[in-house]
Amino acid sequence: MSTWRVGWLIARKDLRIEWRSRVITNQVLPFAFVTMVIFGIALDANTDVLELVAPGLVWLATMFSLLLLVQRAFSVEADDGALDAMRVAGVDARGIFLGKAIGLVVQLLVLEVLLLCAAMVLYGETIRLDGVVLLVTTMVSATCGLAAVGTLYGGLAAGSKGRETLLPLLTLPAVAPVLIGATRAVESALGTGVAELSEGWQWVSLLTVFAVVFGVGGALAFGPLIDE
Amino acid sequence: MSAAAPSEPPAASAVASDGSGPVVELRDVVATLGNFPALSGTTMHVDQGEIVLLRGPNGAGKTTLLRLCAGLVPVVRGTATILGHDLTVDRERVRPHVGLLGHQNGLYADLTVGENVRFWGSTVGATTIEIESAMERMGVADRLESVPVSKLSAGQKRRTALAALVARRARLWLLDEPHAGLDQRARDELDEILTQASQSGATVLVASHELDRAESLATRTIDLIAGHAGSESDR
Repeated sequence: MSTWRVGWLIARKDLRIEWRSRVITNQVLPFAFVTMVIFGIALDANTDVLELVAPGLVWLATMFSLLLLVQRAFSVEADDGALDAMRVAGVDARGIFLGKAIGLVVQLLVLEVLLLCAAMVLYGETIRLDGVVLLVTTMVSATCGLAAVGTLYGGLAAGSKGRETLLPLLTLPAVAPVLIGATRAVESALGTGVAELSEGWQWVSLLTVFAVVFGVGGALAFGPLIDE
Repeated sequence: MSAAAPSEPPAASAVASDGSGPVVELRDVVATLGNFPALSGTTMHVDQGEIVLLRGPNGAGKTTLLRLCAGLVPVVRGTATILGHDLTVDRERVRPHVGLLGHQNGLYADLTVGENVRFWGSTVGATTIEIESAMERMGVADRLESVPVSKLSAGQKRRTALAALVARRARLWLLDEPHAGLDQRARDELDEILTQASQSGATVLVASHELDRAESLATRTIDLIAGHAGSESDR
């Protein structure tokens, strides 16, 4: 069975589970929104400041939510020994990586769109029409990178003791480049402060390289990682 | 059936994966869990269609032996041949034919019985007919098919997990305490399923503390003592 076919099976299964369990709507989304509100309160609800820092806050909230989504994605596998069963069944590890990452990409994209809407409401952020292409490209490339890192470290932490604390320790430093790149690119797309639209594409290049490196590296390393 | 003599090691190629030779062939196998020697020189072999009971006290290495046969625990020393493939070098070719049912069932609670079995069958490219037939055989088709696994009893979950094994076309079934948590009726059903599986060519290796029940089911028993395969008895 091809890696893509396995990936599709696992992504479809993961998304079906999430759709049924409603964990993303009942837990992850409220958590992300509360985070956005707390950022607003912490910055004294100063709309000038909030508008300036909104892109960074959106990506910070996305990253914190990523940790919940990754933990959820792998606890579904660990709860009744399904990941072990997949290893025993000889399911292509690259396919597992791909499927888990695709499932995360879909969930993160939904979350990011909703967080952007929240930023417009809470922080008074506006979206420029000429920045939409850059904004969408940034979201897609940054999300692929986040999902790749999340899946890689989620798989690594899944079999470890103290995985709840290990996952953020491993993931957050690794996704720091995405936080920087995605924030700068979104600033350019939204015209925040003095950011120029053209500057954003350089950051998108960085995000794409990051996603490719972690995507390919993660797919190759995932098998040995979950086998250990 | 007896343990293979150390002086006559069968060639791996002779132990064909078509079922003409031993399905499990362990020779002086050593395996560790961390620094703890879980198996220390185990030698045994199991032929196709056998139901073999592994007996032994807690910590004797029963679970480790099953996990080793599934390729989840590495062979530190000795040789392990499963379905004609050397486990130390060819683990990936062994795995698709092995089904391990431990204390967990490997099911997704939020998916229905049908979705679980279809998922596991699809991972090995099983056809719809094969998957439906597996569910029929294990008695989880029709009424149970659309029930979420979270709503099933322990016995129904076991049956669903076994249906997934059949759908995956597993030829070696490794069962760790399969009767645990099941009521009398579910235990009887499980025994019947295992007997049927054995008659249709699957090989079953069972670790159990419920000796009366497991002994009546097994065609042979192997005693494991402190990581060694000790005495054997045919039934």
